[in-house]
Amino acid sequence: MSLSLEDIQRIARLARIRVSETEAAQTGEQLNGIFKLIEQMQAVDTGGVAPMAHAQEVYQRLREDAVTEPNRREAFQAIAPQTEAGLYLVPKVIE
Amino acid sequence: MQWETVIGLEVHTQLTTKSKIFSGASIEFGAEPNTQACAVDLALPGVLPVLNRGAVERAVKFGLAIGAKLNRVNLFARKNYFYPDLPKGYQISQFELPIVEGGALTIQVGEEQKTVRLTRAHLEEDAGKSLHEDFHGMTGIDLNRAGTPLLEIVSEPDMRSAKEAVAYAKALHNLVTWIGICDGNMQEGSFRVDANVSVRPVGQQEFGTRREIKNLNSFRFLEQAIDYEVRWQIEQIEDGHKIQQATVLFDPDTGETRMMRTKEEAHDYRYFPDPDLLPVQLDDELIERMRSELPELPQQKQSRYQRDFGLSAYDASTLTSTISTASFFETTTEALTAPDHKLAANWVMGELSGTLNKEGLDIADSPIKPKSLAALLGRIQDGTLSGKLAKEVFAAMWAGEGEADAIIEAKGLKQMSDAGEIEKIIAEVLAANPKSVEEFRAGKDKAFNALVGQVMKASKGKANPAQVNELLKQKLAG
Amino acid sequence: MTDSSLKQLAALLAEGKTSSVELCTEYLDRIAALNPTLNAFITVDRDKTLLEAKTADTRRAQGGTGTLLGVPIAHKDIFCAEGWPTTCGSKMLSNFVSPYDAHVISQFKAAGMPSLGKTNMDEFAMGSSNETSFFGPVKNPWDLKAVPGGSSGGAAACVAARLAPAATGTDTGGSIRQPAALCNITGLKPTYGVVSRYGMIAFASSLDQAGPMAPSAEDCALLLNAMAGFDARDSTSLQRDKEDYARDLTQPLKGLKIGLPKEFFAAGMAPDVAKAIEAAIAEYRTLGAETVEVSLPNMGLSVPVYYVLAPAEASSNLSRFDGVRYGHRAAEYGDLTDMYERSRAEGFGAEVKRRILIGTYVLSHGYYDAYYIQAQKLRRLIAQDFIEAFKQCDVMLGPTAPTTAFDLGAKNEDPVQMYLSDIYTIAVNLAGLPGMSLPCGFGNDGRPIGLQLIGDYFAEARMLNVAHQYQLATDWHQRTPEGL
Repeated sequence: MSLSLEDIQRIARLARIRVSETEAAQTGEQLNGIFKLIEQMQAVDTGGVAPMAHAQEVYQRLREDAVTEPNRREAFQAIAPQTEAGLYLVPKVIE
Repeated sequence: MQWETVIGLEVHTQLTTKSKIFSGASIEFGAEPNTQACAVDLALPGVLPVLNRGAVERAVKFGLAIGAKLNRVNLFARKNYFYPDLPKGYQISQFELPIVEGGALTIQVGEEQKTVRLTRAHLEEDAGKSLHEDFHGMTGIDLNRAGTPLLEIVSEPDMRSAKEAVAYAKALHNLVTWIGICDGNMQEGSFRVDANVSVRPVGQQEFGTRREIKNLNSFRFLEQAIDYEVRWQIEQIEDGHKIQQATVLFDPDTGETRMMRTKEEAHDYRYFPDPDLLPVQLDDELIERMRSELPELPQQKQSRYQRDFGLSAYDASTLTSTISTASFFETTTEALTAPDHKLAANWVMGELSGTLNKEGLDIADSPIKPKSLAALLGRIQDGTLSGKLAKEVFAAMWAGEGEADAIIEAKGLKQMSDAGEIEKIIAEVLAANPKSVEEFRAGKDKAFNALVGQVMKASKGKANPAQVNELLKQKLAG
Repeated sequence: MTDSSLKQLAALLAEGKTSSVELCTEYLDRIAALNPTLNAFITVDRDKTLLEAKTADTRRAQGGTGTLLGVPIAHKDIFCAEGWPTTCGSKMLSNFVSPYDAHVISQFKAAGMPSLGKTNMDEFAMGSSNETSFFGPVKNPWDLKAVPGGSSGGAAACVAARLAPAATGTDTGGSIRQPAALCNITGLKPTYGVVSRYGMIAFASSLDQAGPMAPSAEDCALLLNAMAGFDARDSTSLQRDKEDYARDLTQPLKGLKIGLPKEFFAAGMAPDVAKAIEAAIAEYRTLGAETVEVSLPNMGLSVPVYYVLAPAEASSNLSRFDGVRYGHRAAEYGDLTDMYERSRAEGFGAEVKRRILIGTYVLSHGYYDAYYIQAQKLRRLIAQDFIEAFKQCDVMLGPTAPTTAFDLGAKNEDPVQMYLSDIYTIAVNLAGLPGMSLPCGFGNDGRPIGLQLIGDYFAEARMLNVAHQYQLATDWHQRTPEGL
């Protein structure tokens, strides 16, 4: 398996990371090296094995439905790139 | 060619919890922007989600109410996409193993009943809001709504017309408010409908290509949008075009749908189980507790009204169109000294509903409460009021003039039931109308009605009509 | 005083022979002198530290008696600490001052341990050499030409150079144990779920676990006592009774069964590392332990499995860094997508981008089953290997890293070679088991060698006992680099 430049650009777009053409070529080479390593997985027959998503076989704990969080807008927006009237500002969103 | 419409609905219902699905921030509507967005809702680095028990309980209640399968172990997954109102860059939702699978809902379309099957209902978090007013050409983001618990309810493509889709949406709206898991407020976005619409030639087995109409926030728009979309799709096909799978928006101003994105532009959501959340187990205790908290459901009430009260299917369905209507009806009948369900049903569906509609009021906000209505009906039952007088008293009660008895007293509207008094009037009327008496004796039944009318008039409408009938017959026979 | 163990420092404070302010001042002076050479800290704030020290001294004056009250600690810059810059080694968060405390930070605050600052690390904990930090590489105190290991490289280096008596670290695939090995200190990764992840910036959520780094196992036990415990804010935090991790330290090792996974001892280990490990095994036999060969047949697949699962989770975890609510936003951009793409391209370094791209790819449509699900299935096989092996032994032993610290820049151009240096540590994270590294000698190049112990689930106390008894018999862990 080998990733094409188009593959790199496609996943970079999905991940919202700008990748120039030269970067894509260089990254592609490294990723293909990594995927060669990853391909070792395919040699193993895992039929009948349940995927393991968590280290511990425990169930989700449920939180009581109560309001516990105070308004901390000022502190939270002090670290924001751009705000106005209590809102976070971003370039125009077109629907 | 004859076309058949195929519709499936996806409804996002906002759950009536106090706090968010994964954080302890409030979900109260209408707060100042971002004052109800805590560290978890803002996706600050390092924060983690913890599932709200209240959201799970409400989903279980819904599953029980529609006779669905509850997945004893269900999973949360991440749906990955970038959008400024989605702070984590993924939405926590359920993908494989949702909490509720299957189930069905019975809908009433005119005189017909129909069953709509449900595919699934899953828990997820809501996104924030983008405010498009102009902030120097930028968009403002309010994350108060981010993390609000939603139950997304997905139907099978079982509906065949906009009318059926609306009936289903209304029945679902009734059910979720009935069992108290959603406040049903459509203006505030508590109940949002997406419609998947396709058309196919009548008789064709496979479905046509569907387009999804997003975010319909009223039943009227739902109907308009589907009607438009169906016409549009048929036109396209008849003009030789193919329908492309797409997501569209309905514009209430133009009454048209417009394309948002095609399938080719569709997101690759990269769903995977959320490693921050463990599998959710529904134990017997929780399920049985929710079962015991479930009120009698609309369907169950309808059967009972027909079986025990002798009401028609139509009446039973009308009286259970909302839980407040049913509860108004039941409280009214319970307050009657001599139960008469038909009488109560007629008044709730007739005079009360009519007046509420005219005033644009919800039955829960009716100025006349069930106890007061029952007192009024009691006066019909004991012969104090005729139907006509009762309507007058009802109007006065609506206007806030007091309880039925007080109004009857103040206006002197009490029905005349004293035989002696009525006989006196009859005697006077007969004396004054010899011609009518003669005609009656000659076999003209109409003349009898005229005499009744005269008696009622002379009594200023207060005489008991049944009693007048009887006494007049006796007199004329004598 | 900076040569003292935590226990000794605690005793000095308890006896009133020193104050927290005095102690912190001494460490801060050492940091001021040596950090320009080592680059172990990203943020040092003398005033903040001394204020916390003063608070600790006041607590003691008012009768406070916590075991570690007043003893300073350095925190990996992955832990959100209110009012402290918390960068995670990234340009993306270079301007981020945390508005809240991680659970680990709260725990140490509650214990009365002043923070000496935030230690350098590989960007978002992605790296094995500390070279991916936006703030520049950390130098290994034992050899300034060598890497300190990663991702908790700053933590390991600052403890090794005695710029701090202890430090916090995090371990997703070896990020506590490998730098501990390369810098001649002791580091422990607890069982997954023992320490809350709340406020610890996520790399791979199902693998990340915080743990202590200090000169000795005894120190680590005391630190783990402060760190561990249930936290309702982390759904994966386990509800267990509080335990004293130091309770078994003094138990003799007679009858202990040490498992030697044969896959650890196959080709791949450098000869000088192999020699040191053999010597350690001999020492354990002297202490009364038995050894038994065990097998972890699927261990060889742990690196490929890890490089599917960790990047997949990371690609999603790092989506929140979008320049909207905090963190880096590009100075110039066009539309919304452009703002995202530029901010993230500028804010993330090359290794982080590589892993986000790998993760995005393995989760994308059409590849999910072949990569992600296959990796999760293999993860189960790897975990089951450990469960089987623990039927035959109490702890397992092997090397932490295949070689001593490599030179700065040696593996920068070859990510695969860098990834393979974590071959001995990754499987432990996949299984969720506790593991630790302790000093066991020096290589031909004079650089330290680490011995890895792997415990069964929740067997931290036993593992610490095994490490402590070795440290009573040897002095590797007491050696400090010369010339600093």
